[in-house]
Amino acid sequence: MNFDRIKEKLNILADAAKYDVSCSSSGSNRTNKDKGLGNASGMGICHTYTQDGRCVSLLKILLTNHCIFDCAYCVTRKSNDIKRAAFKVQEVVDLTINFYRRNYIEGLFLSSGIFKNPDYTMERLIQVAKKLREEENFNGYIHLKSIPGASDELMREAGLYADRLSVNIEIPTKEGLKLLAPDKKREDFTKPMQKITNEIIQYKSEKKIIKSTPIYAPAGQSTQMIVGASGESDAAIMYTAAHFYKKFQLKRVYYSGYVPISYDDRLPSIGTEVPVLRENRLYQTNWLLRFYGFDIRELLNKEHPNLDVDIDPKLGWALRNLDQFPVDVNRADKRMLARIPGVGMRSVHKILYARKYRKLNWEHLKAIGISMNRAKYFLVCDSSYFESKDRTPEQLKDLILHGGKSKFNNVYNGQLNLFETPQTKRIA
Amino acid sequence: MSHTLSYDNTFEGFLSTVFYVFEYKLSKVKIVKEERFAQTFFDIPIIVETEDEKATRIWRWLAKEAGRGACNDLYRAYLSELEGIEDDLLYFIQAVAKTKDAKHLIKNFADPTILKISKVVRKVGREKHRMDAFVRFRETKDGLYVATVEPDFDVLPLITSHFEKRYADQKWLIYDLKRNYGIYYDLHKVETVKMEMDKNVNKASYSHLFFTENELAYQELWQNYFKSVDIVSRRNTKLHLQHVPKRYWKYLSEKQPFS
Repeated sequence: MNFDRIKEKLNILADAAKYDVSCSSSGSNRTNKDKGLGNASGMGICHTYTQDGRCVSLLKILLTNHCIFDCAYCVTRKSNDIKRAAFKVQEVVDLTINFYRRNYIEGLFLSSGIFKNPDYTMERLIQVAKKLREEENFNGYIHLKSIPGASDELMREAGLYADRLSVNIEIPTKEGLKLLAPDKKREDFTKPMQKITNEIIQYKSEKKIIKSTPIYAPAGQSTQMIVGASGESDAAIMYTAAHFYKKFQLKRVYYSGYVPISYDDRLPSIGTEVPVLRENRLYQTNWLLRFYGFDIRELLNKEHPNLDVDIDPKLGWALRNLDQFPVDVNRADKRMLARIPGVGMRSVHKILYARKYRKLNWEHLKAIGISMNRAKYFLVCDSSYFESKDRTPEQLKDLILHGGKSKFNNVYNGQLNLFETPQTKRIA
Repeated sequence: MSHTLSYDNTFEGFLSTVFYVFEYKLSKVKIVKEERFAQTFFDIPIIVETEDEKATRIWRWLAKEAGRGACNDLYRAYLSELEGIEDDLLYFIQAVAKTKDAKHLIKNFADPTILKISKVVRKVGREKHRMDAFVRFRETKDGLYVATVEPDFDVLPLITSHFEKRYADQKWLIYDLKRNYGIYYDLHKVETVKMEMDKNVNKASYSHLFFTENELAYQELWQNYFKSVDIVSRRNTKLHLQHVPKRYWKYLSEKQPFS
């Protein structure tokens, strides 16, 4: 093995793959087989973190960065003058196995530029996965990219070896796509996605009848959208996400703040700041939809097409719906507890258990770990001290944002763990 | 007068001590590890013998009354080795004895001591998960994949099954240098081992003596990979350090200077 050559390829093809944010290695149920190598059945593990704080869980590389397409937002676009390289199938297999044996990674995330045509590319990706599974008895996690435009037959095969498949729709609106990636149509993305969705459903129902049915893409599908490249609203992004979650039963939708990489005047110019705070607010909204029982229409609608930047989306919702507050923590149901600003799901569970033993007061709530700065205006508990109920939303927002500088920092550090000040920000 | 009970640093020893407290109906008790045992003027010191049978009886009774989940939590909290954790655990076990239905008592987060235990359990869980992530195997010339660690808490017992299931086809050793013992897998089973580690094993200038050519090459590839995936325009050192605190860097291949 020529290490210097591999090293050079790895640098080029890892660098080109890093804008794909998905790093999840959870949700599979693939267990170790015949005392082979690996086990993907546990929870996901981040083996290390990049210096910008993103999790490194998988060996994330492109098979090649040669590409026949010219999508303006993409660093490997045909017209970009960069170094090109391509891995051989065996080289990727060796890297994956040897990194895995040293506990560097949970598995492989393999994507690719499109060379020759979509089917030819997809076939190569499948070859890598197949080799890992069948020749190396590798039971770690494999995430393959579905290549837009690949045939149904290949997509079906991919799911037999991969734990997760994903295809990035990248641009949330059809108009944006037409402008930035004129070679591609929305259908090119949705067709392979639909195929996988159908196969997953079919394999699952067969598994119920025939136990020996092989597992098929056990960690499901995900997708990614670029934020801030095509002038879209937050509502456009989140409604598209909600649509994809529902229609294709996606496990995750990722949001990736656009990192300027080109002088193309259709795009934000080089030097423009990456919209990391906005990205953060979108993830918060995503979490409210997935785990907190919110409906998208409550958070984003015609009157509010964009999220507040200075406050989190749950607080924003609460300020627009003050008639639903204050919530009595000793009596309210789970759904309403989860809607109190400053109370996370972990605290909700703690409250539900703790209040079986006694009525909770401010001391208990503080010890449990809710973020008092925000929460105190929205709840009542077993105490005679309450915040005034006669404040307008503007007054409340002002109080929370300017309730002392240190307190402001605490709110964000304690609950969100995201950034130091609104200027330097970044989300996990 | 209060009693200070000491035990032999094992979990069974701790449970035997709990049994002793119940047996002699002691109140005002402090339980300490032998090594931390410092006799004071006003205490009555007692050294408790470890008896597996008594430990098992307490443990079975706890599982029945407070549930398996609570037992797991107590064990995890115990592994924190925090000073005074034994007394908190005893407080909980005594509370179980006093409560009619203790099935969810471990979740009485309105009780400051139980809340404290739950926080310790989370800390230990986090450390376990960190070890799942931060262990870095290096392939030695005799084909053993070896890793050295110094976890904040005594978590090797908690990570054993994870590594056993995952690396079923390679011999490996994870050694805790702080507590001077390790877990070793010989392709059949995992055993606890104590050994003299060569003190040069973690020195870069000696690595070619211990490790294969391949090993050093893959370390370099991994370091390269780590560098390549960085997005400079998003750099956030504070977040990075929060996820990978400096005290773990010593044993992370990607954080070593290029050899």
